Amino acid sequence: MARNVGRQCVRERDAVRTAISGLEVRRAASLGEALSILRDDQRTPIAGATDLYVALNFGTLEPRRFLDIWAVNELRDISMNGKTLVLGALATYTSLIRSPLVERHLPMLVEASRQVGGPQIQNRGTLGGNVANASPAGDSLPVLAAVDAVVVLRSADTERRIPLTKFYTGYRATVMRPNELIVAIEIPPVEGRQWFRKVGTRAAQAISKIVVAGVRAAVPRIAFGSVAPTVVRVPETERSLASGATIDEAARVLSREIVPIDDIRSTAEYRMRVATNLLRRFWIETG
Amino acid sequence: MPAVGTSVARKDGIGKATGSALYADDITFPGMIHGRTIRSTIPRGRVKSIRFDFDTDGFTIVDWHDIVGRNSVDLIEKDQPFLVESEVRHMAEPILLLAHEDRERLNAAHVEIEYEEETPLFDPEQSTVVFKKIDIMKGNPAGALASADLVVEGTYRTGHQEHVYIEPNGVIAVPEDVDGKKGVAIFGSVQCPFYVIKALRCLFGAHPPIRVIQTETGGGFGGKEEYPSMIAGHAAMLALKSGRPVKIIYDRAEDMIATTKRHPAIVRHRTGVTRDGHIVAMDIDVLMDGGAYVTLSPVVLSRGCIHAAGPYRCDNVNIRGRTVFTNTPPNGAFRGFGAPQTEFAVEVQMERIAEALGIDSVEVRRINALRPGDTTATGQKLREDTSALMVLDEAVRRTDFLRKREGYRGTNRALGLSLFYHGAGFTGSGELSLKSKARLDLTPTGVRIATGSTEIGQGTRTTHAQIVSDSLGIPYEDVEVAQPDTARVADSGPTVASRTCMVVGKILEECAHEMKERLNGLSPAEYHTRHGAFSVERMYAPPDWIKWDDATYRGDAYATYGWGCDVAEIEVDPDTFEVRPLKLTAVQEFGRPIHPALAQGQIEGGTAQGLGYALLERVVMRNGAMANAQLTNYTIPTTLDMPELDVVMLENPYPGGPFGAKGLGELPMDGPAPAVVNALRWLGFDVREIPATPELIAGCTATA
Repeated sequence: MARNVGRQCVRERDAVRTAISGLEVRRAASLGEALSILRDDQRTPIAGATDLYVALNFGTLEPRRFLDIWAVNELRDISMNGKTLVLGALATYTSLIRSPLVERHLPMLVEASRQVGGPQIQNRGTLGGNVANASPAGDSLPVLAAVDAVVVLRSADTERRIPLTKFYTGYRATVMRPNELIVAIEIPPVEGRQWFRKVGTRAAQAISKIVVAGVRAAVPRIAFGSVAPTVVRVPETERSLASGATIDEAARVLSREIVPIDDIRSTAEYRMRVATNLLRRFWIETG
Repeated sequence: MPAVGTSVARKDGIGKATGSALYADDITFPGMIHGRTIRSTIPRGRVKSIRFDFDTDGFTIVDWHDIVGRNSVDLIEKDQPFLVESEVRHMAEPILLLAHEDRERLNAAHVEIEYEEETPLFDPEQSTVVFKKIDIMKGNPAGALASADLVVEGTYRTGHQEHVYIEPNGVIAVPEDVDGKKGVAIFGSVQCPFYVIKALRCLFGAHPPIRVIQTETGGGFGGKEEYPSMIAGHAAMLALKSGRPVKIIYDRAEDMIATTKRHPAIVRHRTGVTRDGHIVAMDIDVLMDGGAYVTLSPVVLSRGCIHAAGPYRCDNVNIRGRTVFTNTPPNGAFRGFGAPQTEFAVEVQMERIAEALGIDSVEVRRINALRPGDTTATGQKLREDTSALMVLDEAVRRTDFLRKREGYRGTNRALGLSLFYHGAGFTGSGELSLKSKARLDLTPTGVRIATGSTEIGQGTRTTHAQIVSDSLGIPYEDVEVAQPDTARVADSGPTVASRTCMVVGKILEECAHEMKERLNGLSPAEYHTRHGAFSVERMYAPPDWIKWDDATYRGDAYATYGWGCDVAEIEVDPDTFEVRPLKLTAVQEFGRPIHPALAQGQIEGGTAQGLGYALLERVVMRNGAMANAQLTNYTIPTTLDMPELDVVMLENPYPGGPFGAKGLGELPMDGPAPAVVNALRWLGFDVREIPATPELIAGCTATA
């Protein structure tokens, strides 16, 4: 559950691998222990460490002190609390893929999880880590944004619930405080057909160039990744579709609502065109 | 049972499968320290000052002042320095070398370099510094163009490509005493041990005894042809200065940023045709971006130009090529060596010619395909082992090409085809001047092959042992293969140019025949018991009919060619413009497969590399450096990106090769890109450039 460990995945030209001996890791065996360590000591939580190793190899790893919470089994549960699906922060993509509850209530998260990295990454990477790492390209984030997921944060003293759509404050920036851990992601009941599409740089082991999740209901809910500094919902587009606009009109609204950029993986022009194409495809396939 | 023609166990199989095979980074020596290269962070300018922002105690530091011989990597020219003296010509150019026993202290050492920056040149079309020009002239192309029924013009572009061998570049230099002289032994991941010897002799003068030992090598693809000379020179300087073994292993990012890539190319075609589909004139202009130093660019350009007219007959041809300077890291050898660029261009041009004529592109290819007795652009009269029509007809038949393509009309699926060829061995008189040698040693239990040809995954040890086994009439298991050590093996020339099986295999075949005569009916073990050991060494004799004039580029460019026809079946996502290859049929004729499974592996691997070149592998250059120097953002195909492959190996023996074999390694690289792009044309995307990324395809104007 690395937090902001990989700010930049492009290596500085004279950077070298981060020195391992300069890193310090503590391990927590329980949530209580983890939270009490974080109360007194600023450490970056890690679990699967899949983002951390990327940054480490590129010499862009900023934090030096870590708290390994991989062993905190109480954060692994996937369960129902009434009608709310509760996903433990340490639920791995593999466990999400295998969970009958997720398959039943949030099948598009199964689809998204299947497209994260490869099996090794899916075995180690966690949902909480994807949320905490705060990449605008995070594969699970549009799914969570589209269903108005709630991030449950806990510190030694308090617990608070933040809607995912309010969790990010900018590029790789979140409302999390240093003494807090993500303990769970709560998914309120989802009505309507779910739809997910990742456009990566290749068929597997790919970072997304654009990622879309949608729920088709009276008021559709649609979220995009990799088109803005954070994952975004597109409320104007949603409203126009809800109010009966044609899909062409909605696509025009969308093109005013998102601001994709050029980077080493793709272009703003392509992202814009594909975003509107995928909006249409979502509308056709869920209609 | 003969070994040749059967898929015997690889000589290197058990070691690699069990992990006992040792790669450079697996090896340590007592007292070994680690080396690191400090590189330029500007693309062009001069070094003004260098300051060490660290405690230099315990460090070995080398700069150009430490060079006792000549500060240049001896290749075709001697223009590339081992270490910058003052002038910086490209990003990531080596300036200083540091070594220390503690890798982390070594990595933490910060060197502050102040530069006087100059405006860099990145656009090869703007470059006025020409490393090499080539002009191939046949007949009267200007006149033939003027009188042609139709002239089709086109410009085609191909990008950089990175080798992505599994094991990055790495060497260990070990000081050693040889007869009281201080020498150095290089252990490393290299394709051409004797190239390293040549470069180091220039670097150190005649003084220190040098030998190069190839360690198990995790792929090369040309990327370990010339570059290891650089890294070996660096390690050797640090080793001689420190008196300790020095290991330099590049990590992936350094390897991608600093080492060679495939040359980007711009190829312009003007083709004159008759209404009934005969090509009467070809005017071709080839521009290749050489990067900041000459390295191998002249010969890459040469092979590119010779293959630029494609496997087609035409009486009037002019091919003009030039490779030029830019302020980018030097481009170098890469599987195909210039031909994938020019054959991409000519094969897309052929598709467009067919469109312009309104004749099916298969038919246009059939009309013009080279046949035995035809002459190539250089005037080479082709022999019986010419198989363009054979591979074309088989590919069309096997894939039911015409019917299937028609059936896909109006869908998002299409078929595309490419016809290609690849000359085996060094160009022209190259094999003659190489004077390659191979040796066979009689041992107490059999024989040992002693050559400088390297196993880099392609199967050198195995195919050579098969050839020797059958030529000598002894079991395959009784043939061992020596680790290439330049002090102990014959210089069989570089392991490049699809020549190792065909050329070096041929010398070994002759060695084996000579040895068999001396054995006079005895087995090696019997002979050894009675008479002791002996060795047979022979030099390569190219076919005596080869005539080549390097001044005019006329004559027999290659002793033989491999031939291929690829059919790509693809699907394009209408929303995202992603291309999904569904099936690729590769019909290839390369004489005779010595080892069918290895040959199939070469075709499968080369096809994957070709598909990556066609669709995925885009080197993003920013300010003269690769900005996506990582495997997450420089995307090679994964298994899920690969289509079903149907590999067909046709035979048409080359009399000058061992058991009829031709070269194979590079051939499969030439076909996939044009086949895929020609399929895209059928879907309405007028693509003239690779990699054909979804971003590029989305921006393409419709062909229809």
